[in-house]
Amino acid sequence: MTQPVVQLRRRGFGETMRRDAWWLPPLGVFVVLSSFLAYATWAAFQNANYEYGNYLSPFYSPLLFGPPPHGWFARAPRWLASISPALLILPFPAGFRFTCYYYRGAYYKAFWADPPSCSVGEPRKGYLGERTLPLVLQNVHRYFLYFALLFLLVLAHDAWEGYHFADAAGGMRFGIGVGSLVLTTNVVLLGGYTLGCHSLRHLVGGYLDRLAGRPARRTAYDCVSCLNRGHMNWAWASLFWVAFTDVYVRMCAMGVWHDWRIL
Amino acid sequence: MTAPSSTTTSHAVDAYTAAQQAQDAAVGHSSRTFRVWRGANGEGDFRDYTTEAMDGMVVLDALHQIQAEQAPDLALRWNCKAGKCGSCSAEINGKPKLMCMTRLDELPADEPVSVEPMRTFPHVRDLVTDVSWNFRVKPNITRFTPRAPDAPDGTWRVDQRDVDRVQEFRKCIECFLCQDVCHVLRDHHKHDEFIGPRFLVYAAALEMHPLDVADRTTQLKEAHGIGYCNITKCCTKVCPEGITITDNAIIPLKERVADQHFDPLRALVRLVRGKKKPG
Repeated sequence: MTQPVVQLRRRGFGETMRRDAWWLPPLGVFVVLSSFLAYATWAAFQNANYEYGNYLSPFYSPLLFGPPPHGWFARAPRWLASISPALLILPFPAGFRFTCYYYRGAYYKAFWADPPSCSVGEPRKGYLGERTLPLVLQNVHRYFLYFALLFLLVLAHDAWEGYHFADAAGGMRFGIGVGSLVLTTNVVLLGGYTLGCHSLRHLVGGYLDRLAGRPARRTAYDCVSCLNRGHMNWAWASLFWVAFTDVYVRMCAMGVWHDWRIL
Repeated sequence: MTAPSSTTTSHAVDAYTAAQQAQDAAVGHSSRTFRVWRGANGEGDFRDYTTEAMDGMVVLDALHQIQAEQAPDLALRWNCKAGKCGSCSAEINGKPKLMCMTRLDELPADEPVSVEPMRTFPHVRDLVTDVSWNFRVKPNITRFTPRAPDAPDGTWRVDQRDVDRVQEFRKCIECFLCQDVCHVLRDHHKHDEFIGPRFLVYAAALEMHPLDVADRTTQLKEAHGIGYCNITKCCTKVCPEGITITDNAIIPLKERVADQHFDPLRALVRLVRGKKKPG
C-alpha cells in the first residue's frame, strides 16, 4: 500500500536538536576573520612603518615602487604615487584566501549562516549556491593560486634578505635577528598553506585518472595531498602569522619593539 | 562414550547461570530517558520513554528495549547492527548518526537522548523515512565506461595506487546520512536539481577510475547541480565510514568542472592539443 509522504517541518533560523556549542566555531571564524580584515585594511592604508632595515612587511611585499633595498622601481607613475603600495598587491593574496575552498565553507557559515552549522536551521529559504553570479566566480581560485605561488617566491626572497644586515662599512653581512625568524616562519606557513591548495592538487596531477608511469606528477600529487590534509590548520596559522609579521616590522619601525640580534 | 548424567548437566547449567548472573551484576545499569519522535506522514511530536541502560549499549539496543517493553508499535528501520548496512540512520541529539553505532556512554547522561527521523527525506512513520529518491537518482549518472582492453585476452593493466584513490569511495554503505545533513537537500529541498554528496561520491568513483573514459563534467554541472555545494564539509563530518567526501570527491569534481567550463586557459590548451578527457 502506498501512502502520502511528507517531509518534517523545516526548522527556523538557529533551531536544532544539537546539544553541543555548535555556534562556537562559526563565531570564532567570524571574530578572527573580521579582526584580520579590519587590521589588514588599516595597515594597508597606513603607507608607513612597513620596513625596518632589511625587514619588509608581507603586506607590502613585493614593494613595486619605493626606495632601495626593498623597492623594485624607484619611482611610481604620478597617478599611482599617492596610493599605498599595499593596495596594489593585497588584492591578490586576499583573492586567494577569499576563493579558497576551506575559507569558503567557513565564511558561508560564519558570515552568511548558510547554514550556521551542520543540521542547524537557516535564516533564508532561497538558495543559489555557487551555480550563478556572483558565487560562480569562486571558480577563479586557480588564477589567484598562480599569483600566490609568485608571491611565495617573493616572500622567500624577503626572508632570505632578512638574514643580511648592513654593516658599518656599508656592506652586507649575514646575521640572524628575531625578525629574520619571524619572516622565515611566515614564508614556511604561507608555503604550507599555498602548496596544500585544492586547486594545486588538481593541477599537479589530480585532473588525471592515471598517475602510473608519471613519477614526478605522482610525487607532486602525493606531497600536495599530504599538505592538503592539514589545509585548515595551515590556513589559520599562516593568517595569524602574516598579521603578526606585519605587527613585528611595524613595531620595530616605530621604535616600540627592539629587534634582538641572535647572531 | 557415555552421556553426562542429569545431575552433572544440572550442575553445569547452574554454574553457567551463576557466572552469567555475576557478569550481569558487574555491568553498570542506569536509567536513561529517550525523547523519540512519534507520528506519521510528517505530523507528530516527541514522546519520552525511560528504560534501563547497560554498559556498552547503543541507541538501537535501547530503542529495541523500548519497543519490547513499552511501545510495540514504534517503527524503526534496522538490519545488521554492525554499521555496515546503513539502515538505522537517524538524528540523535540533533546529529545524523547510525543508531547501531552510537553508544549511550558517548551521549550526555544527565539529559534525555533525542531520536528523530532524517529530515531530508519524506517521513513515513516514527523513525522511518522514504529514501527511495536516492535509488531514482543513481541510474541518471553515466555508467562505468571502460577503455578498450589492454591485452588481447580482454583484460586491463591497472596500477594499484591509481585504484587506491577511488577505493575510498567504495566504502560507502549508502546510509544517506550525508544526504540528510546536506543543507541543499535538507533545508532548500533541491532534490530535483542536486544529487547530493552520496552521488557526488559515486560520480567521483566512476569519473576518477583509471579505466573509465566517460566525461561526466557537463552532467555534473548541469543536471547534477554540483555548483549548489558550498563546501560546508558537513557530509564529511557525519560519514560513518570516514570517507573524506568534500576534499577527495566533491572538490576534485568541482575542479574538473572548472577545467571544462570556467577556465579559459584550459580551454585553450584543449583546443591546441585537441584532447577531450585527460588520461
